[in-house]
Amino acid sequence: MTLTVSELTIHHGAICAINNVSFSVAKGQLTAVIGANGAGKTTLLRALSGLNKSTQGHATWNEHNLLHSKPESIVRHGVSHVSEGKAVIPELTVNENLELGAIWRKNKQEARETKEQITSIFPRLGERLSQRADSLSGGERQMLAIGRALMSKPQLLLLDEPSLGLAPLVIEQIFQTIRDLTTSMGLTVVLVEQNAMGALKIADFGVVLNLGKVAVTGTTQSLMADPQVRAAYLGY
Amino acid sequence: MFQFINTLLIGITAGSIYSLMAIAIVLVWRSTRVVNFAQGGLALASSFVGASILAREISFWIALPLAMFAGALFSALTEYFLLRPLLKRSGDKGEEIFLPIIATLGLLGIIKTILNFTYGDRIGSIPPPISDRGFVVSGQVIALSPMRVLILGIVLVLMVLLTYLFQRTNLGLSLRASSYAPEISRLAGVRVDLIRTAGWAISGAAGAAAGILQTTNGSGAISPESFEFSLLLVFGFVAAVIGGIESLIGAVLGGLTLGIILAFILMYIGGSLVFFSAFLILIVILIVRPQGIIGVKGGRRA
Repeated sequence: MTLTVSELTIHHGAICAINNVSFSVAKGQLTAVIGANGAGKTTLLRALSGLNKSTQGHATWNEHNLLHSKPESIVRHGVSHVSEGKAVIPELTVNENLELGAIWRKNKQEARETKEQITSIFPRLGERLSQRADSLSGGERQMLAIGRALMSKPQLLLLDEPSLGLAPLVIEQIFQTIRDLTTSMGLTVVLVEQNAMGALKIADFGVVLNLGKVAVTGTTQSLMADPQVRAAYLGY
Repeated sequence: MFQFINTLLIGITAGSIYSLMAIAIVLVWRSTRVVNFAQGGLALASSFVGASILAREISFWIALPLAMFAGALFSALTEYFLLRPLLKRSGDKGEEIFLPIIATLGLLGIIKTILNFTYGDRIGSIPPPISDRGFVVSGQVIALSPMRVLILGIVLVLMVLLTYLFQRTNLGLSLRASSYAPEISRLAGVRVDLIRTAGWAISGAAGAAAGILQTTNGSGAISPESFEFSLLLVFGFVAAVIGGIESLIGAVLGGLTLGIILAFILMYIGGSLVFFSAFLILIVILIVRPQGIIGVKGGRRA
């Protein structure tokens, strides 16, 4: 059970957003993909969940080809994507947002158990099931977006900038939750972040993207010790 | 007082039918962001299916669901073969967003031509399945007849079914989620393309029911050049706009409001002003309250 990305290239018109990117993520690992604005992080993640079309290369999860599939079929293969910016549906209730994540699951009993598990991880969501999602705070919405993704019972979780637009204390809490979930649920996680420091602190591995290319990869310790990475992304 | 109550009853019955048409328009708008001008033509074609079944001496109770099924089928085919390729083409290129809307206008013409070709001058007939003579209350005949009660009953049952479908089933959740946030829905595993077709199908069924009921409530006759169906489309559209075009509850309230207002204009001012008034209401609502009577400014409602 590995996520393997090899020689992936994605063009947006004439612009090459992702250029010959290769890396792999082993089961149970949390990998942070960091880089500046426009480095291609979101494009990369969206290609893995079928939202963006790739130009060249391969990406597989459990031998399943992620590149020529639709998002609605990829999620059925155990890959959940939480898109950028508190991806909840504000008009629906908290409960409906969660139910949506399990809508394709045949076994409703198991889906109910997953929901109980999620509301015990995020008790705030459990207390607000019948409220509309737009009544939640930013942090709660991000938890709901993650909760919805977990309702599909994924093995691979793709997170796009969960820290975006949140207060520092809430960011810390979200990062801690992501770390805990990875360990307790045995998830494999790809975390795309601009907040390089926060992401590297909780990750096992890091991939640094620069202008669509892989600049450095390695364990988080080695990246945090790398003077160039420190100067460019960690600011010390 | 007597005339007042009669007018109200006429308005509510007509309004309930406009509500069904408005629901049809809202459902299509919510699933594909297109105003379907062929909606009146699709309803007309489905009503002809109903009339053909009735002409074989088959019960109204079989003809109505079959016509609704035909409406669902016509509408789903329209989405699949006409709208889907056009929407794929137009994508997010602003200059082409009118293509699908103009295409529905073209389809309206095609449907009318086909009906003309098939039925020619023959006029279809959907007679009331039960008495359309008004009840007698203290010696006076009122505007409420068993047929009108039946119309209100059918509309009510369809509304309850639709509410249940939208609020309590997975299909309903998929329909709502796909209309608000197609990308999140796809990531959650909803087959959004299929759900869009389903939304059009439900819309077609509602439009067919509106067509059948409009015909029985009116003259009982339909022709390929039916003016009544053009009115139905216009009134359904105005009702949908009054309700804020996004909301099913809004569509129902919009239909009833419009039905009652138009009935009073017809009764107390004059028949020639009905069409004019409907357009006047449309324009006033668009200028003064584009979010509709129950809409939140700048927001979207379920």
